[in-house]
Amino acid sequence: MPWTRRHLLTIEELSLAEIGQIHVTATAFKKILGRSVKKVPALRGKTIVNLFLEPSTRTRMAFDMAAKRLSADVISLDGASSSTTKGETLRDTAENIRALGADMIILRHAAAGSPLYLSKFLDIPVINAGDGAHEHPTQGLLDTFTMLEHLGSLKGRKVVILGDILFSRVARSNIHALTKLGAAVTLVGPSTLVPHWFTDLGVKVSHDLRSALADAEVVMLLRIQHERQSSGHFPSLGEYTSMFGLNKTRASWLNPKAIIMHPGPINRGVEIDSELADGDRSVILEQVTNGIAVRMAVLYLCSGGQPESVMPATA
Amino acid sequence: MSTFWIQNARIIDPVAKRDAVGDLYISDGKFVATLSATAKKRAKKIDATGLVACPGLIDVHVHFREPGQTHKETIATGSRAAAAGGFTTVVCMPNTAPVADNAGTIQLINDSVRRDAVVRVLPTGCITVGMKGEALAPIGSLKRAGVVAITDDGDCVQSNELMRRACEYAKMFDLPIMDHCQDHSMTVGAVMNEGVMSTRLGLRGWPNAAEDLIVARNAILSEHTGAHIHLQHISSRHSVDIIRRAKARGVKITAEATPHHIALTDESLATYDTHFKMNPPLRTEEDRRAIIAGLRDGTIDIIATDHAPHTDYEKDKEFDFAPNGILGLETALPVTLAVLVRQEKFKLPFVIDLMTRRPAQLLGLPAGTLAAGAAADLCLFNPNEDWTYNAKAGFSKSSNSPWHGATLTGRVKTTFVDGKIVFAQGKIL
Repeated sequence: MPWTRRHLLTIEELSLAEIGQIHVTATAFKKILGRSVKKVPALRGKTIVNLFLEPSTRTRMAFDMAAKRLSADVISLDGASSSTTKGETLRDTAENIRALGADMIILRHAAAGSPLYLSKFLDIPVINAGDGAHEHPTQGLLDTFTMLEHLGSLKGRKVVILGDILFSRVARSNIHALTKLGAAVTLVGPSTLVPHWFTDLGVKVSHDLRSALADAEVVMLLRIQHERQSSGHFPSLGEYTSMFGLNKTRASWLNPKAIIMHPGPINRGVEIDSELADGDRSVILEQVTNGIAVRMAVLYLCSGGQPESVMPATA
Repeated sequence: MSTFWIQNARIIDPVAKRDAVGDLYISDGKFVATLSATAKKRAKKIDATGLVACPGLIDVHVHFREPGQTHKETIATGSRAAAAGGFTTVVCMPNTAPVADNAGTIQLINDSVRRDAVVRVLPTGCITVGMKGEALAPIGSLKRAGVVAITDDGDCVQSNELMRRACEYAKMFDLPIMDHCQDHSMTVGAVMNEGVMSTRLGLRGWPNAAEDLIVARNAILSEHTGAHIHLQHISSRHSVDIIRRAKARGVKITAEATPHHIALTDESLATYDTHFKMNPPLRTEEDRRAIIAGLRDGTIDIIATDHAPHTDYEKDKEFDFAPNGILGLETALPVTLAVLVRQEKFKLPFVIDLMTRRPAQLLGLPAGTLAAGAAADLCLFNPNEDWTYNAKAGFSKSSNSPWHGATLTGRVKTTFVDGKIVFAQGKIL
């Protein structure tokens, strides 16, 4: 089946086969990343604009690096330096970028749905690098890619996502990816941050850490977004840590082979014990590395590449 | 003054409880029981075969944006949209720039109405100074200047104490208080209904409870003070229940529902289309059904549009940043007919009542009737005509309608105000 999508806006709209195509392509690119010359000419002559209207370090660097590994020219623009601070609309900013000759826009934006909005009037691919609390599809793809590397298959495997789910785009993208891949997903956290509405997405919601962690094969921690704390979603970081922080005792409830994941940035000693973050079950830095391969795959496919042509073209 | 002989219409007059095919006569701006033989000869005859003739529709909730936001709408354009939609009386909200919190601004609005309006446009004034919810506006002076109600519109008065005093004070002047029921502390940053859809879309939710709490507060304050509080655009099923119980106790509250809240749900937001963004937000199917049930049993008294124009470029934004509100006047009748008459099997005269006699009664207006001697405000519409609504070619200055491009059934043919044709053959006269 050929890849036909021009935009990557959500994981919700991807089929299982498409997720598989991205993963297969990422596997091929990952091999390239292990070589001494880490660059392929796949997107030579293309200009990719990183339009990051909300702060980001990891995602932006990974997209930047992925595009450079594919030989594209990359221009990065952040919120502070863009004309949006002078009152220009997102549409006008994007159309100007298009007029300057960009071949693709990677958008990070605080407003949910903004990549879809851009895709409706731009004739170049739009890649969602995180839209508000909606989705962060490349994160969901790299997380499941990492899980698949460790677990082989996700069918029926118990995955726990623990933390601030309500405001998390990472959680939503992972929920969609994991349920499509057949995993049994449980969301855990304070009831104010894990509303029962999530069950409608085909996952379990629990506020009991012990039963949720019991025999789980993956636990993914999400950062507690302190900036939201003032709105009264939980009493204090201290109470959060005491009720939901992952420490050694709680980690012992997991399946002995379980992996510990975190999309970053981590708050050591808050949602995760510092030693666990650095321990041998932690795959946090693998996630970061895989992020480049997965994003190379996404940029490549959305520019018109096909999964099966990666290896010959780059051999 | 012209004399009209409207022939062979299905005449629906909720006041006279009349629903029969017959003729209507207008002379000197008023409905008359009949015409003399010579007058009949001279009268302009209108063949209304297949059309419904009903009192001109009344909308107690529109935003005409004048003064101050005339790039969105003016009294001239808004009143033309009203006429095209079959409305002959509309009540405009005071959230203009500046807000209508003093007699001078009301005077300014009334001057524009006299100069520019093609239908009756009645102003409301603010409850509080600057619509800030801190101190009472000069309500007596507003009344003297001609307001038909007071309201802080979208800036629902949050202080229960201030709302209590407003009720007591306004009651002295027999002025209804219209309230947009929203507890602001529960809706910070909220842009849509809180529920499964907001969870999926990652948008901040506006829970039913934020409306329910203020609806309950208002029922309590109305009972406590005896003031008439009118609850605007009810969107939550629990609110319907609260209103029903309060009315059963004889509390003097009334309520409205909009065509969009009875026609649409938050499922429409799946593509982040800002033409479905309004406040209160579209809610769930359960809520929609409860509002319809409320209209059926009289818990909700009337239909009102909350006609809220915004320009294309204002609506063409990220969902979070687009303003709330949609047009309503030119689509209200066909949308309401589709939901209440064709889907829900309400009787047509009952639906006409929701849009004519009842809103008139709610504000004590001498309108909503075809009785001889009454001002001849009349709507002639074809309940079965299919037409495609092109919001960009409409009479409003803006085109922010979720029904743009939709095929609607039921079309206004002619609108009379004071015995004069203001809209006919798709044109404002």
